[in-house]
Amino acid sequence: MSVIYLDNNATTAIAPEVLEEMSPYLRDLYGNPSSMHTFGGQVRRKIEEARARVAALIGAEADEIVFTSCGTESDNTAVMSAVETYPYRRHVITTRVEHPAVLNFAKHLARKGFRVTFLPVDKFGRLDMEAFSGALDDDTAIVSIMYANNETGVIFPIPRLGELLRERKILFHTDAVQAVGKVPINVRELPVDMLSLSGHKLHAPKGVGALYVRKGTRFYPYIIGGHQERGRRAGTENVASIIGLGRACELAMETLDKEAEYLGRLRDKLERSLLERCPDALVNGDTEHRLPNTTNISFQYVEGEAILLRLNEYGICASSGSACTSGSLQPSHVLRAMGVPFTAIHGSVRFSLSRYNTEAEIDRVIETVPSVIKELRALSPYGREGLIINASSGGLHGKG
Amino acid sequence: MWEYSEKVKELFLHPKNVGEIENPDAVGEVGSIICGDALKLTLRIDKETDRIIDAKFQTFGCASAIASSSVLTELIKGKTLDEALKLTNKDIAEALGGLPREKMHCSVMGREALEAAIANYRGEKKPAETKERIVCNCFQVSEEKIRRVAIENHLTTVEEITNYTKAGGDCGSCIPEIEAILKDIWSARGAPERPKKPKKLTNLQKIALIQDVIEKEIRPRLQADGGDIELIDVDGNRVIVGLRAMCAECPMGGVTIQGIQEKLRELVSEDIVVEAQ
Repeated sequence: MSVIYLDNNATTAIAPEVLEEMSPYLRDLYGNPSSMHTFGGQVRRKIEEARARVAALIGAEADEIVFTSCGTESDNTAVMSAVETYPYRRHVITTRVEHPAVLNFAKHLARKGFRVTFLPVDKFGRLDMEAFSGALDDDTAIVSIMYANNETGVIFPIPRLGELLRERKILFHTDAVQAVGKVPINVRELPVDMLSLSGHKLHAPKGVGALYVRKGTRFYPYIIGGHQERGRRAGTENVASIIGLGRACELAMETLDKEAEYLGRLRDKLERSLLERCPDALVNGDTEHRLPNTTNISFQYVEGEAILLRLNEYGICASSGSACTSGSLQPSHVLRAMGVPFTAIHGSVRFSLSRYNTEAEIDRVIETVPSVIKELRALSPYGREGLIINASSGGLHGKG
Repeated sequence: MWEYSEKVKELFLHPKNVGEIENPDAVGEVGSIICGDALKLTLRIDKETDRIIDAKFQTFGCASAIASSSVLTELIKGKTLDEALKLTNKDIAEALGGLPREKMHCSVMGREALEAAIANYRGEKKPAETKERIVCNCFQVSEEKIRRVAIENHLTTVEEITNYTKAGGDCGSCIPEIEAILKDIWSARGAPERPKKPKKLTNLQKIALIQDVIEKEIRPRLQADGGDIELIDVDGNRVIVGLRAMCAECPMGGVTIQGIQEKLRELVSEDIVVEAQ
């Protein structure tokens, strides 16, 4: 049975072109880029080529890119750098729906005595702009707000937020891990000071990321040691993966517009069909401003882990915000922050597509999911009349 | 992905006794859609013998909740009500070949549904109708439930209580109270009696435990007498060891091997057979 992988917000397949470009640097060209000899020097040049490719995808200059080990390191570095370089400022602002890389780092800072504001979102997962404006003060060291949410795909108004922050001269970081390579981003026009991206979300390997740091931004390294990355991130470079990231960014740049259209069409077909065929299903989040590859659908009456494991039997990979998929007993913090009713949160499933998904695969998913939901509902003690459906919750609703 | 036993996977994919008995003699309902899992158990009872002649379930929940419910119905069919009431959540978990520790609450839910159904049949008040003091408001877990589950399963930490009841697993504001309840239980009773060895071990777990017992329990005693031991191999329940140093030449080697076997049987498995190389 072939696998239908619809969990691309978790990770993506390495593109063959990326693997090919990396391959010599895993075998023959193993020199240390910091070495003085030619054998290492050629690796150094290749890293710089990768840096230029990453920079090009987001409209940055090459020396504004710092390679890191992952999106989490990029996020941690950005926030930590801000509080290190502005030690007299003790306030950090973020949102309630961030990735744990920012959310838990902010909680860590709160335990260290920083004042942290976690901004709320509305039922569609959109930022509460009034709360945002009200939170800013002269004590704010940094605002860190994601570009697009990993669970719902909802895109935040980063340009507008950045303008407001620029007026206030407050440092602005965006975790764009889910957005880079999926939607056009140009930091020449985007008023952000730092931006995180991650390799494995755009068909490069796991274990490599980058942090864009706008020229002139005060910066303090998070990993301290040697002189690599011009002293901004110590440690011998993950050479092959950096080269892979460079190639992946180049590929994304070449295909972004066409791919966004393709993914959006497949996603919309999947979403529309599942809403039509599954009663009491609804889409979580703002469907107007979101990534083209993501849909988060709640199938009420049934539990997410059970859905995923049944789909797994058909070779379909997705993810869920239900509590049962984690050991914490807490369902998705994102959906909770949006006020999605528990009846819907427990049965939420995220489908996230990539360029490698085909229409035939989507058709197979459309055929399979409704029967899985029906089977599980037949097991459930809840009749439809027993459900508490909050009609005011955000998102599209299915029939029923 | 959770590491579920083959039995859990099988019963999740092909649950037995699904549905609702028409005009049942007993109904037990526990959990809620808000909490993320719920179970409705219906029973047909032979009124002459008090024996459960049929049992069906409907479950809203994850794979382990569905499998726990299914195995529960299999376990209770044919039992008298008094026999069924002796069933513990541990029996449910064991019948499933074990559950991930974070999912033990699914087995507790099965046991509670059974109790609720029998109480319903006997005309007793459901636990929800009695005045129990709620400790965890997020998951509506009472002090009585925490105490009962802690004692029955020898639980001493808040994390364990959370795994078995969900209490403390959301906002966490009840954690100090759960700690106080645990302190109260175990200070009055002394340390809980824990089983000395796990009932079911994988091969790797068994080998690791054998190595651990040899290193910590057996070798120090032999070394104190100038001897030593080397673990050569483990083949099923056969443990092959080499006696070293003074033990290698000791005329009482057979007794030493027997002592080693007894210790391994006590702490690892009763089926262990120790052989000298």
